Amino acid sequence: YIVTIRVKPDHSGVVTDGVKHSMNPFCEIAVEEAVKLKEKKFIKEVVAVSCGPTQVTETIRTALAMGCDRGIHVEVSGKDYEAMGPLQIAKIFAALAKKEEASLVILGKQAIDDDCNQTGQMTAALLDWPQGTFASEVTIDGEKVKVVREIDGGLETIKISMPAVLTADLRLNTPRYATLPNIMKAKKKKIANMKPADLGVDMVSRVEVLRVDEPPTRLAGVKVETVDDLVAKLKANGTI
Amino acid sequence: FHLRMMEATVFLDTFNACRHFLVSFTRSVPRLNPVSELYGQLFRLHGLVFPLTSELPEMHQMMRQTCRDYADRELGPIAGKLDKEHLFPAQQVRELGAMGVMAVEVPEALGGAGMDYLAYSLAVEEISRGCGSTGCVVSVNNSLYIGPILKFGTQKQKEQWITPFTTGEKVGCFALSEPGNGSDAGAASTLARQEGEEWVLNGTKAWITNSWDASATVIFATTDKSLKHKGISAFLVPMPHPGLSLGKKEDKLGIRATSTANLILEDCRIPLGNMLGSRGSGFKIAMQTLDSGRIGIASQALGIAQAALDCAADYAHKRTAFGAPIGKLQAVQFKLADMAVAVESARLLTWKAAMLKDAKKPFTKEAAMAKLAASEAATFCGHQSIQVLGGMGYVTDMPAERHYRDARITEIYEGTSEIQRLVIAGQLLKEYAS
Repeated sequence: YIVTIRVKPDHSGVVTDGVKHSMNPFCEIAVEEAVKLKEKKFIKEVVAVSCGPTQVTETIRTALAMGCDRGIHVEVSGKDYEAMGPLQIAKIFAALAKKEEASLVILGKQAIDDDCNQTGQMTAALLDWPQGTFASEVTIDGEKVKVVREIDGGLETIKISMPAVLTADLRLNTPRYATLPNIMKAKKKKIANMKPADLGVDMVSRVEVLRVDEPPTRLAGVKVETVDDLVAKLKANGTI
Repeated sequence: FHLRMMEATVFLDTFNACRHFLVSFTRSVPRLNPVSELYGQLFRLHGLVFPLTSELPEMHQMMRQTCRDYADRELGPIAGKLDKEHLFPAQQVRELGAMGVMAVEVPEALGGAGMDYLAYSLAVEEISRGCGSTGCVVSVNNSLYIGPILKFGTQKQKEQWITPFTTGEKVGCFALSEPGNGSDAGAASTLARQEGEEWVLNGTKAWITNSWDASATVIFATTDKSLKHKGISAFLVPMPHPGLSLGKKEDKLGIRATSTANLILEDCRIPLGNMLGSRGSGFKIAMQTLDSGRIGIASQALGIAQAALDCAADYAHKRTAFGAPIGKLQAVQFKLADMAVAVESARLLTWKAAMLKDAKKPFTKEAAMAKLAASEAATFCGHQSIQVLGGMGYVTDMPAERHYRDARITEIYEGTSEIQRLVIAGQLLKEYAS
């Protein structure tokens, strides 16, 4: 995931053209958990969904190669894609969850490009479903899900009813590498195509990006010999 | 563009002659784009097997990316340690086995991935990019051990000797070279005599990769000395086995995570059913196996060459001298350009050889060209990579010196560069003889 990020000359965002994209690592963990639950026979079918331009189908195929049964590509491109944020995606996911009669919606806790950490929570709110976020352990118990959540103070265990929304945290599992035979099988699995309008979702953003700048270059520090020197310097430059 | 001109001429010349042929082809293969399918059929009819687009098929791209991810995350971080401590990557080989990489061409029914040789070549290249030694283990298991059994073995032999070797739990090896003959494979002095219901093998094999980690070997021995190279036969021997012992592990310059040693046979007894192929066909089996193996080694060399190039190009961005990154200096730029051309041209030769093999067309010349080009590209890139890194290239802190050492063997094993030239010339002259 090491890419040199450059801000666009017009400061409207970062350059994404020509930058190699791949599945968000937390989403990989989410896919792995879903496939695991299917292997343990707790769920019947795993549908991989992604919103974006045509390149997104590669990511869906990777999910299929990991073991998902079918995919849905919600086509969003151009200006709509640049303005797309967690709210729009949450609306799409909520509409799809109802349409597909899903019992679980599993997502990565946040995307590593924008670090919003909102999509899962918004999806649950729009559906009025319980949510188990920052999951480091998921156990299905009949019609309920036991979720161990990683929170600032430690670990919290909750039990929520299905249908529910879960978001995957780092320690939930270690995603598998797709096996070569599964990559071949993935080719035959179906990816359905649709547009946000088909789901009755309006893509208008409620957020306007005013300006994107690089973080200021880190200035060189100054070494001091004693604590007294440090206090004097901090006083001199007005910090204290 | 030249290729398109050729295909247009071919299309016109043969259209009338093969019209009924083409029609039946297109009818039997339902596809969305009949025109490109027609072109595809023509390509296969006339032995041109290059894809129409400049990109690999989607499945191959996915497969390549999966192997690259594995190599970056699991092999790259430990490759230095494996090399320094001469450690066989057992855990990684098991993980690669689970992915299907240890038996790419083996049909799924026997436990393999059921993919083609182009996919195999891509897999070996990406794995070797992460760790040259691991790439070697993958190549030897796939091409040299499983290869001949898949091609010449009976169904029972395939189930017994291939299926357990697809998971990464067990690896095999290939024993052809002897202390007295490497390139001179026809002079095999290891003997096999029949005693009742057993073959008894005696002799010594040298330079056997994977020897200390293998659970079986394909081994070549003379059954009829009077028939010279037509008297050599191939056998399957489990390891360990009474009568088969291993010499000391060689202390090598490169690919140090693999074990290389002598196989010593002293009245090693195996059942008659352990002969691979027919009596006297050993030399043919060996040569055909090496033909395919060359594509594997070419792929390994490509991976090492690419890793060396990646290292040098990355360094050229970061290292500053004379007030700017050294990538701004023409001397460095010329080196990087030469390295890139060497790798890319060898890669296309390798892909072509693999695609010819997949199309069941003759590929001996192309495989030899690929191995020659790729191995020389690897040693060239390894050398130049150290040069770009300067002093940093000479120390173990950077991987350049390991690539330099790993690359060297690719010009030697599975047919030295000199033998490759003989093979290429032989094939070439045959083409001109008529």
